[in-house]
Amino acid sequence: MIPGSFDYLAAHSINEAVALLDQHGEDAKVLAGGQSLIPLLRFRLASPAILIDINRIDGLEYLREMNGTLHIGALTRESELDNSSLIRERYPILFETSAVVADPVVRNWATVGGNIAHADPANDHPATMLAMGARVVAVGPTGERVLPIEEFFTDIPFETALHPNELLTEIRVPAPVQGSGGAYVKLERKVGDYAIAGVAAYITLDTNGNVSYAGIGLTHVGQAPIKARDAEQSLLGKPLNDTSIHQAADLAAAATQPISDTRGPAEYKRDMVRTLTVRALRKALVRATGGE
Amino acid sequence: MSTHHISVTINGASYEGDVDSRTLLVHWIRDTLRLTGTHIGCDTTSCGACTILVDGKSTKSCTMFAVQADGRQLMTVEGLEQNGKLHPLQEGFHEEHALQCGYCTPGMMMTGLALLQRNPNPTEHEIRVGISGNLCRCTGYVNIVKAIQYAAEKMQATEEVPVSAGQGGE
Repeated sequence: MIPGSFDYLAAHSINEAVALLDQHGEDAKVLAGGQSLIPLLRFRLASPAILIDINRIDGLEYLREMNGTLHIGALTRESELDNSSLIRERYPILFETSAVVADPVVRNWATVGGNIAHADPANDHPATMLAMGARVVAVGPTGERVLPIEEFFTDIPFETALHPNELLTEIRVPAPVQGSGGAYVKLERKVGDYAIAGVAAYITLDTNGNVSYAGIGLTHVGQAPIKARDAEQSLLGKPLNDTSIHQAADLAAAATQPISDTRGPAEYKRDMVRTLTVRALRKALVRATGGE
Repeated sequence: MSTHHISVTINGASYEGDVDSRTLLVHWIRDTLRLTGTHIGCDTTSCGACTILVDGKSTKSCTMFAVQADGRQLMTVEGLEQNGKLHPLQEGFHEEHALQCGYCTPGMMMTGLALLQRNPNPTEHEIRVGISGNLCRCTGYVNIVKAIQYAAEKMQATEEVPVSAGQGGE
């Protein structure tokens, strides 16, 4: 299958990419790892007039923890998370997320920024970033702005709050603190498939053992990545135990709007979110209390 | 549609040509350069039959445009054999009967090569995870895993440096 015609432009700096986006606006699409975009072009589900390749921009691939924040360059490949001791040791939830993105060959090119900016409700990083309370950096012609991840996604699949002349350049994730832990659990039919359902959970316990932060993100059970706010709220100020975990799991399931398709009927997916939320919270609790 | 002049090194040899922006790398390699060892299986980034190395990284060449390869070092299955001598991976696939129809084999071997270059002594589990982006519908994978183990042992025993796709990589 051959994509429709387009003009290809390679940007060599963030400024050049933004200038090209500003010039071409809605006609242009950013080509990062291309592992979602190129299949879409081949199927002619998308036919932008111009592709702006950002792979030639130096300095957009990095994982850096500074002053309580993990900075992830937008062009960082999923395989770099797979192979990073920083991620494996300090961010097991991120390690688990990248490990289930497509397959190892795809992960050599697939980028974290692309996984988020593509805003596919089936992608895995959005749920994890929602759970962790990440922020994203968007650079446009007049400078940069930093958005909370929940404001980055809209209710429409494949659409984000990015303006047509803005480039996602960085994701900022809060570094773990005392008493914090998280997990991502994904149910998939086979390696490399999109999730039947996925749940990311991140919690922080205060010195009394009560939940002071709770984040729960859901994959592929609605039009957009879902932040399960009622479930998060229900956990705050209480110890994390079987009662509170199951209550949160019920609320997370209630926040879904799955559709019935080849991956299963809607009721099944909703039920799986309940089960996966229990598992993710239990795993998060183990990690928050020093276990693995 | 834009046309681009690209220069690429494949298996140590230089190639150049004009490509349309929408030409997929696998089509350029197969149809223009006639390096037909690289296969097209699914066209959906699922099967890995088109796997080659780009700057040392295993890459589904159906999911990259030829223009993106400009200036890069590529290696295809044709680069495994050296001076009439099979690469340990090729030998392993032969000895362990790791193919039946052979369609997935070039991609399997290139993924196996990238895996062994990064991890010369992988466990069975690491091999299985490593080739999980390459589909085989004949063998059930058992003998493919054995073939990669065979190659790992042979490459370590002879301290033979695997054919490199040049600098770069992880």
